[in-house]
Amino acid sequence: MEPLVRLDALRVDVGSTPILRDLDLVVESGETVGLFGANGAGKTTVLRVVATLRRPSAGTARVLGVDVASDARFEVRRRIGYVGHLPGLYPDLTLAENLGFAAEVLGLPADRVGEVLAQVGLAGAADRLASACSHGMQRRAEFARQLLVEPELLLLDEPHSALDVDAVDLVEGLVARVVERGGGAILVSHDRDRVAKLADRCVELVDGRLR
Amino acid sequence: MIPFRRAALAVARRELRRERRRGTVAWVTIPFGVVALLLVPLAVGTEQVLLRRIGPGLYWVVVLLFGVLVAVGDHDGRSQRDATALLGIDPVAELTGRALAATLLLLGFELATGVAAVVLYDLPVVGLPQLVVVMVLVAAGLGLLGTVAGAVAGAGPGAALVPLLVAPLAVPLLLGATQTLDGFVQGRSTISWILMMIVAVTVSAVVVVVAAAPLQEGR
Repeated sequence: MEPLVRLDALRVDVGSTPILRDLDLVVESGETVGLFGANGAGKTTVLRVVATLRRPSAGTARVLGVDVASDARFEVRRRIGYVGHLPGLYPDLTLAENLGFAAEVLGLPADRVGEVLAQVGLAGAADRLASACSHGMQRRAEFARQLLVEPELLLLDEPHSALDVDAVDLVEGLVARVVERGGGAILVSHDRDRVAKLADRCVELVDGRLR
Repeated sequence: MIPFRRAALAVARRELRRERRRGTVAWVTIPFGVVALLLVPLAVGTEQVLLRRIGPGLYWVVVLLFGVLVAVGDHDGRSQRDATALLGIDPVAELTGRALAATLLLLGFELATGVAAVVLYDLPVVGLPQLVVVMVLVAAGLGLLGTVAGAVAGAGPGAALVPLLVAPLAVPLLLGATQTLDGFVQGRSTISWILMMIVAVTVSAVVVVVAAAPLQEGR
């Protein structure tokens, strides 16, 4: 059975600057991998390649059975959940409208939006503009979007950033939910200890290479 | 893959909802367009014959210049683009939805400034069915061009120059609309001008289809 993620000799350059070099990584079904490293080590770039949002300069990246450089990447995106540094919410829409857009695109019933917002403790803020929400609330809304999407592969960039204690439990619950269904997760952080608590194994990225 | 029609309509509804919340077209662009139409009589005089002669052309120039601002719209940040892409939306559906929303907003703009032009320049309203066709073609053409231009610019520092790039590309629409309206008044055949506009809109639509994936993925 093909792993969820297979990176072989992955290289990513920005101009003439190498960001990732000769990176090999495999994530199997049911596995949570922690990827940690200092600022600028290339952690976010790894996640963006795996999310099919960035193409490799060399090497191969296969995610959910498809090469991320092929047009088939459009087919698997729906099955990938990615929460980046910055919330992907439209500031001039309410939280419910932001998630409602996702529900409409995915053909999900509209009442699912209220359910997932309630699950992340945002039932009372559903009609608040995203721009009027704190960074932590926006992060919670992003996790609600993942509950809506139910991805097979979950990618979290600095998952504990801007979250209070209760919301940290949400992250753990979200990861557990994905893994229980046979999916997998990659958690990226500069803080090894926090990621290690959630991950089955951790790997360190130093200057674009795995140590 | 998400069905094309569902994705495009969802994107269009999202963009219209955002515009309703911002109110840029209703409270900024339309009033400025009307003010631009109002300034012309102050500059050239209020002689009715003159205003009737130059009115249609001025109206379409205002539609073109201000409409480009409507059509280009706001640019999403990278995180919003990523979130939308990961819903599995086809890049062509994304741009089609945006173009559809821009077209509807442009029709509203054309209607509002059109009423102002009729009142201010005492223009005769003739050939209403053909006029509606012309307004729809101009809105669709500008909407498509503006959407592509917005995608080209992304949220980069060159975004402010995009309207300047779109305006020359929209010249066939301006020519077609002006000549068609003039043809109605003069009683000339306008079919060749309407055909030219249809070709311009079709070419713009083809550009959207061909360029969508490279534009959406390349930013």
